[in-house]
Amino acid sequence: MSLTLFSGLVEVVLREGFIYGIMAMGVYITYKILDFPDLSVDGTFPLGACIAALLITAGADPWLACLVAFAAGACAGCVTGVLHVKLGITDLLSGILVMTAMWSVNLILTGGSAIKQFFNRDTIFNSGPVLLLPEGLYPHRQLIMVTLIALAVKYALDWYLSTKNGLLLRASGDNSQYVVNLARDPGSMKILGLAVGNGCTALAGCILAQLNQNADINSGKGMVVMALASVIIGISVFRRLNFFRFVTMAILGSILYKACLMAALQLGLPNSYLKLLMAVLLTAAIVSEKVNRKGGKHVAKQW
Amino acid sequence: MNFNPGTVNEIAVFNGFDFSVDPGEFVSMVGSNGSGKTTLLNVICGSLSADRGKIFLNGTEITGMPEHRRAANIGRVFQNPAAGTCPNLTIMENLSLADNKGGAFGLRKGVNKKRTDYYRSRLQLLQLGLEDKLDISVGSLSGGQRQALALLIATMTPIDLLILDEHTAALDPRSSETVMELTLRVIEEKQLTALMVTHNLRFAVEYGNRLVMMHEGRSVIDTRRTGKDSCTIESLLKTFNEISIECGN
Repeated sequence: MSLTLFSGLVEVVLREGFIYGIMAMGVYITYKILDFPDLSVDGTFPLGACIAALLITAGADPWLACLVAFAAGACAGCVTGVLHVKLGITDLLSGILVMTAMWSVNLILTGGSAIKQFFNRDTIFNSGPVLLLPEGLYPHRQLIMVTLIALAVKYALDWYLSTKNGLLLRASGDNSQYVVNLARDPGSMKILGLAVGNGCTALAGCILAQLNQNADINSGKGMVVMALASVIIGISVFRRLNFFRFVTMAILGSILYKACLMAALQLGLPNSYLKLLMAVLLTAAIVSEKVNRKGGKHVAKQW
Repeated sequence: MNFNPGTVNEIAVFNGFDFSVDPGEFVSMVGSNGSGKTTLLNVICGSLSADRGKIFLNGTEITGMPEHRRAANIGRVFQNPAAGTCPNLTIMENLSLADNKGGAFGLRKGVNKKRTDYYRSRLQLLQLGLEDKLDISVGSLSGGQRQALALLIATMTPIDLLILDEHTAALDPRSSETVMELTLRVIEEKQLTALMVTHNLRFAVEYGNRLVMMHEGRSVIDTRRTGKDSCTIESLLKTFNEISIECGN
């Protein structure tokens, strides 16, 4: 394999790893902090993409599209939370309900088509701050932009989790009775966490859509599996180093996961086997996590 | 208060039960399993709601209030040491959260370093050496240490009522002794009103200034401090046994 081809592949892995890493950070909040297996992610990822398509086609600022995507994802996450907390529907079913509902919402947003293209429009990758890059770096602008956005999200989440409210969120996943004792409603914290998690997911969907200049309502298939695998792989591989925060491990896990998929494809795995491989990878990650935990002593869960 | 209403298993735990605690009282409550002690605590705290009747705290009716709203004025320590702390958070984070009870859980820094000295001084009270371990996760502490910490946490901010729900039952004899002594110290220091349920008759006699024995949703003994001095473990046990024989146990 030539060096240029290889470095090209690395760039693709990093680019995709960072984009899906934004989602993985959100899923870290729902899955690891709140212990909530949130399936609505499969619906909120394409929601972000469809919002990008709708707003950018209408001529809106691409950064505004990112904000709206985050807000819309957060709303969908709230619905999942309300279904679970207020109506007492199980966590898995609440996610499935929102995921199913999102299918229609996404179709409505794209005007009924499965793929909505928006070529030659302003996106975050061809307008605004990206134009300030020096000429030499311009070919790598996609990687640079997604890296910066992923880092921004990471620092925002790190900061949030260190605030009083973030601490309360972590407590509500750890011991909801504790939150009750503090005279707070753990249900509201759960809803808030789901909102943040799905907001990040929709943001990732929005950025991917802008990169591809199209929104694919099928792009959400397998997102839960991908995000969970990223989080679990990231934490089991990088926890030992005792150097990174968990949110960072989620991004690194996402990059590692994308590298695995890319390696498999380069070794000749047919495209149709991809989802099968994703399922196998997640299974392996969960099993290895369980094996690791056995006999391991209680390790302080930083964030 | 009925369990399994409308079924053959319907059990009325309380029927026309009246109970009040005066400010500053430290009530220790004993009674056999199923006598309604824990149900009473749950009804007070709001984990269970009574079918009929009213509950007042400091003159305010709290009957319909959700559990977390009542908790604003009630501190509670559970039988299970895991219930009163967050295992995955550090001691510092646990205390910071408790310190902020009643405040806004907004976007200010969660851990206030300026309070470190205060937390240290509170932890020194426990004499468990925890003041030097602020940054370790609570899950790595022993049951006794966690329960002592839970007691500090429950009494960190001003409360009207402290509920102790068999809080020494899951601990070894030495730890339960330590936690019990600490309980008394905190209650005296903060002049708290406390309601303690225990299966340990010695604790019930030695601690508190009022003793209540529950049986089938009624209080069969209710003595204040003056009378309690004459109340020994033996006499308590005797009453306990008589009740059991009455019921054919």
